Amino acid sequence: MDFRWEIISEYLPFFMRGLGYTILASLIGFIVGALIGLVIGMGKSLSNPILRLPFIWYVNIFRGTPLLVQIFLIHFAVMPIFIKPPEPLISLIVALALNSAAYIAEIFRAGINSIDKGQREAAYSLGMNHAQVLRHVVLPQAFKRMIPPLGNEFIVLVKDSSLGAVIAAPELFYWGRVAVGAYSRVWEPYLAVAVLYFVVCLVLSYVQSFLERKYATDDQRKKPKKVVRRSRGTAGH
Amino acid sequence: MISVKNLKKSFGDLEVLRDINVEIEEKEVVVVIGPSGSGKSTFIRCLNRIEDITGGHVYIEGTDISQRKVNINKVRTDVGMVFQQFNLFPHKTVLENIMLSPMVVRKWKKKDAEEKALSLLRKVGLEDKAGVYPESLSGGQKQRVAIARALCMEPKVMLFDEPTSALDPEMVGEVLEVMKQLANEGMTMIVVTHEMGFAREVGDRVLFMDGGYIVEEAKPEEIFNNPKEERTKAFLSKVL
Repeated sequence: MDFRWEIISEYLPFFMRGLGYTILASLIGFIVGALIGLVIGMGKSLSNPILRLPFIWYVNIFRGTPLLVQIFLIHFAVMPIFIKPPEPLISLIVALALNSAAYIAEIFRAGINSIDKGQREAAYSLGMNHAQVLRHVVLPQAFKRMIPPLGNEFIVLVKDSSLGAVIAAPELFYWGRVAVGAYSRVWEPYLAVAVLYFVVCLVLSYVQSFLERKYATDDQRKKPKKVVRRSRGTAGH
Repeated sequence: MISVKNLKKSFGDLEVLRDINVEIEEKEVVVVIGPSGSGKSTFIRCLNRIEDITGGHVYIEGTDISQRKVNINKVRTDVGMVFQQFNLFPHKTVLENIMLSPMVVRKWKKKDAEEKALSLLRKVGLEDKAGVYPESLSGGQKQRVAIARALCMEPKVMLFDEPTSALDPEMVGEVLEVMKQLANEGMTMIVVTHEMGFAREVGDRVLFMDGGYIVEEAKPEEIFNNPKEERTKAFLSKVL
């Protein structure tokens, strides 16, 4: 089989632009999703069962239906209410944000719940208020545990953003399909697209493990911090 | 300094504290003993409202903390607590553990907090551990850091909830030694413990709890040598 490299080189600028939109859509989707997810995660932890209900069902609905269906509903049914005609890239970002919010809400909730009750009690007993306990004691520990699942969620989101191609959002896979259409060749464009997704996801998984190591403060891998005062007579260099 | 009136605490249908009444004076060391399930831990946890109060009143220096509108965080700055499971913050070094609350709650400058924290570490004999994370400490060392952490808020009273129960036997002594020193300095202390030797030696008064009530209270020599209640006798015959 001959492999026509010139198809890839001709379409590379489009692929790169598509990749840019892929990263942009995933990143904005993830950040907005994290903000919504934080609210939903806290909402799901409310003590009042009636107030808690809408948050629980938000998660149920967005986790219980396919992302592709959500993208179609948002692009063809919801977005036309606001933008005419609907802009595919915006529809994609909205769908990714709303969908990832459901998963991120669960990550936040599980992370915060995983911190031992004694940590909170000790902090309260020292006179801290709710916000101080959360900020100085619970969240720093919970965040560390949230890094791996959040990293997974972001990687999933990058790959799922390829579903945007079906509503013609100009992301990476969309340009792959355009190249396939133009040349009636499947191997070259799809392989090139797959390699680009792979490289991005590989880089992201390394970023994830770097962050994990960086925040692994309470573990033996990290050297003790320098003691504040050096005792007199310690030999210098 | 602490006054408890008709204190009740239930978890759902389970009544853990039925009717607790006690007065604790300044500089007094009160030791609470009793069988497991008698409500002693719940009782001490109600004194800083780490446990919600179901009924009755708890006055800390005149402030009734059973009232919802009381600023409980403010009251807690004066009431130090030491837990069975230490509860040190694993993401902070020993020094940071001690400095955190004075800086965040009392708004001390870092330099002042550090100075105070180091002097407390010296007092509990752990100055050389200032820069390490709690994970690398032994149980006895962790508990001594926890005591220093509570003391750094300069509390008026210290609550100890079974401070030596999670320790290996050879580490109990070093923690009790620190507590003894604290008692000698005149700290008001309420100590839930199974260490009868400590109760006898350091306690000014012993409360014996059973079934959600204070069954008997007396000076240590009286309660250990001459208990009046049958339940106290039965309990002491098992533990002594």
